Amino acid sequence: MDFLRPASWQEALAAKAEHPSAVPIAGGTDVMVEINFDHRRPAYLLDLNRVGELAEWETAGDIVRLGASVPYTRIMEHLRRELPGLALAAHTVASPQIRNRGGVGGNLGTASPAGDAHPALLAGGGEVEAVSVRGTRMIPIDDFYLGVKRNALAPDELIRAVHLRKATGPQQFSKVGTRNAMVIAVCAFGIALHPDRRTVRTGIGSAAPTPIRATAAEEFLTAALDEGGLWDNGKPVPPAVARQFADLVAAAANPIDDVRGTASYRRHALAVMARRTLGWTWEQYRGEQQEERNQPCA
Amino acid sequence: MRVTFTVNGREQAADDVWEGESLLYVLRERLGLPGSKNACEQGECGSCTVRLDGVPVCSCLVAAGQAEGRDVVTVEGLAGDDGTLSTVQQAFVDAGAVQCGFCTPGLLVAADELLERNPEPSDGDIREALSGNLCRCTGYEKILDAVRLAAARTGEAV
Repeated sequence: MDFLRPASWQEALAAKAEHPSAVPIAGGTDVMVEINFDHRRPAYLLDLNRVGELAEWETAGDIVRLGASVPYTRIMEHLRRELPGLALAAHTVASPQIRNRGGVGGNLGTASPAGDAHPALLAGGGEVEAVSVRGTRMIPIDDFYLGVKRNALAPDELIRAVHLRKATGPQQFSKVGTRNAMVIAVCAFGIALHPDRRTVRTGIGSAAPTPIRATAAEEFLTAALDEGGLWDNGKPVPPAVARQFADLVAAAANPIDDVRGTASYRRHALAVMARRTLGWTWEQYRGEQQEERNQPCA
Repeated sequence: MRVTFTVNGREQAADDVWEGESLLYVLRERLGLPGSKNACEQGECGSCTVRLDGVPVCSCLVAAGQAEGRDVVTVEGLAGDDGTLSTVQQAFVDAGAVQCGFCTPGLLVAADELLERNPEPSDGDIREALSGNLCRCTGYEKILDAVRLAAARTGEAV
């Protein structure tokens, strides 16, 4: 095994071009487990810790460009306002020790359907900045996940950052597991209200071969909110609409039975999480609308 | 390969390090610092917790080469040079928070960092800060007592 230690992003790209089989390692929270247990013996490890800009983020207009190895701890602490769904998801990742090392780039690189960041990324919307010596590709998050632990990266590409839309409305993330810490999701759900576009987006984790959106549920809810004039009149979501939304979320999943839970439990839990998180986000939206209406005219 | 980094304030070099080796292995097997414990090797148990540039991490998940040039503090670095126990260590002894002792080093490093960051932690803060450290003796109540005691003593000393 060779240990490659590029000192800059350009060097990292050159190393990946020269050795496409090289396994990138940043936080190490997935890669080192596989090496420790002899499940993987890559010919090259490509250490990205010295590439400082990967651990930084910047905001431009309505976009946050989040470096691939910004630790979850920093996302929780500093990006709660801009990326509330992802910040909530980050807080459910494993333990403080793991959150201090792991970042979204690792979740995307591993592309496990159980990665905690995925539902929030899908619900919030965004693009993956994939870079090689050949140039930069912006891959929409909806097109990134191809199969169980398979993603849209080419062998010579590295993830530089994710470009995420700043939240324009409430977002929520919910995850089922046996305790709060150190839990791989039995299933997980993310929801983001986008009042500027009058749409709702969702993300489902651990309940299909890849992280997925529940598009039929999104379309139904978007239409129902529109028909009822709910974005403007700030009325509660009718229970029948919430129920239908929850059922459509459950129907979008394609779960399996495994040691963590059965397929039918996962579908049931997804429906419950969908209904609850819709309630939480919609109540928050109504509260914010109410506040705006109550503010005296300037 | 050779890996050079600072451990508990002293520059150390390890030779013939295998490229896939963990920082934990280097500490225990090459540098003679067996305080950090090797248990799960997958980041679940926290027994191997050390501070890497001040930040608590599982040393079993840091590739040895990633520690090059960086600053590591292990449980061996908590006590004074003369062997005087740190506030957190003394509190663990006094509160009876040590049973078999295997999880203790990781808990000490995690608790020490918590109190440095947050000298007056709530019970929720303590639980969260220690949520990545498992005690198979299940002695969590005494461990919580110890951290509360250390926080109180730190407060008195100021």
